[in-house]
Amino acid sequence: MTTPKPQTPRNIPVVEKILNANEQLANENRQRLDQAGIFGINIMASPGAGKTSVIEKTLAGLGGRFKVAAIDGDVATSIDADRAAAAGATAIQINTGGECHLDAVMLRGALQQLDLPQFDLLLVENVGNLICPANFQLGTHKNILIASVPEGDDKPYKYPGMYRGVDALIINKIDLLPYIPFNMDYFRKGVQLLNPDLVTFPVSCMTGEGFDKWITWLMAHIQKA
Amino acid sequence: MVSWFPYFLQEVAHFDTRPACGILNSMHELPITESIVEIAVRYGKEAKAKRVTDLYLIIGQLATVVDESIQFYWDIISKDTICEGARLHFERIPAQLLCLDCNIPYNIERGNMTTCPQCDGIRVKVTQGEEFRLDSINIED
Repeated sequence: MTTPKPQTPRNIPVVEKILNANEQLANENRQRLDQAGIFGINIMASPGAGKTSVIEKTLAGLGGRFKVAAIDGDVATSIDADRAAAAGATAIQINTGGECHLDAVMLRGALQQLDLPQFDLLLVENVGNLICPANFQLGTHKNILIASVPEGDDKPYKYPGMYRGVDALIINKIDLLPYIPFNMDYFRKGVQLLNPDLVTFPVSCMTGEGFDKWITWLMAHIQKA
Repeated sequence: MVSWFPYFLQEVAHFDTRPACGILNSMHELPITESIVEIAVRYGKEAKAKRVTDLYLIIGQLATVVDESIQFYWDIISKDTICEGARLHFERIPAQLLCLDCNIPYNIERGNMTTCPQCDGIRVKVTQGEEFRLDSINIED
């Protein structure tokens, strides 16, 4: 009996999500964090929105009650990790060498450098960018976006993917609101369209306004982890 | 946490016009293309293919993925694999929203997220346009 010759070319169904490999690694990262009992957040924002300043203020607000690790992703330099370390975190810098986002592989490499069980909170500072980081889940428990008032009130409309994919939104630099044409209602309407009932924290790193609510939210999650 | 996050792929306003970070810079299409090559090679080898000739990609309108950038990286990365020279077919799925107040489905115009055309409501749900997968490949035995 002869085997029938396969038709050529023939079509093979795949139906696989393209970033499946990254997602699997992200799940492994999540498991490592869970096993260590550490709450992890991925902080994303455009360059200059105040990611590192928010991290500094957050560390100050937590007041040494928790052991915090910070992983800083940047194209170059260790400026951000140095600032996080100076503010009291155990900091690791990832230089992406041009890559515009962190991914689960990079985070896994950084996690291997940390003795995870001794920490309560992991702050991952992603590369400043409102597009690419949203595509790559890292495995942290929450994705946080920092928007800053000077960027403009149209950003949710222009970067919907980023706004859709986050679990909390920090609106930074609200001390500048009196000086800048930023329509908060228009901004919030865009956020609501993309991410209904997203928890938001209007803050100012300069005056410290609003940080109490953010710290309370964060502490509740750290204690649950 | 919800798991659709990586697949709701971004930048509606510019999704079909220009690369996210400049075509010669590193950008997210590079790892995305690496992933496409990996998946196609794996499925091709499993089917004992001599060569993969075509890939059918399904990408929602809301994906921040630029076809030209994927093609650009594809030509480089697929070299010396069973996928070398394979054609990429992009099927773009238009985005569709559903108004949660009046239950009206509607499409988005020119990539702009808009309020419900009937009630101007802002409680909406994306029902289509987040797709991002390799659907099938053609192989030669």
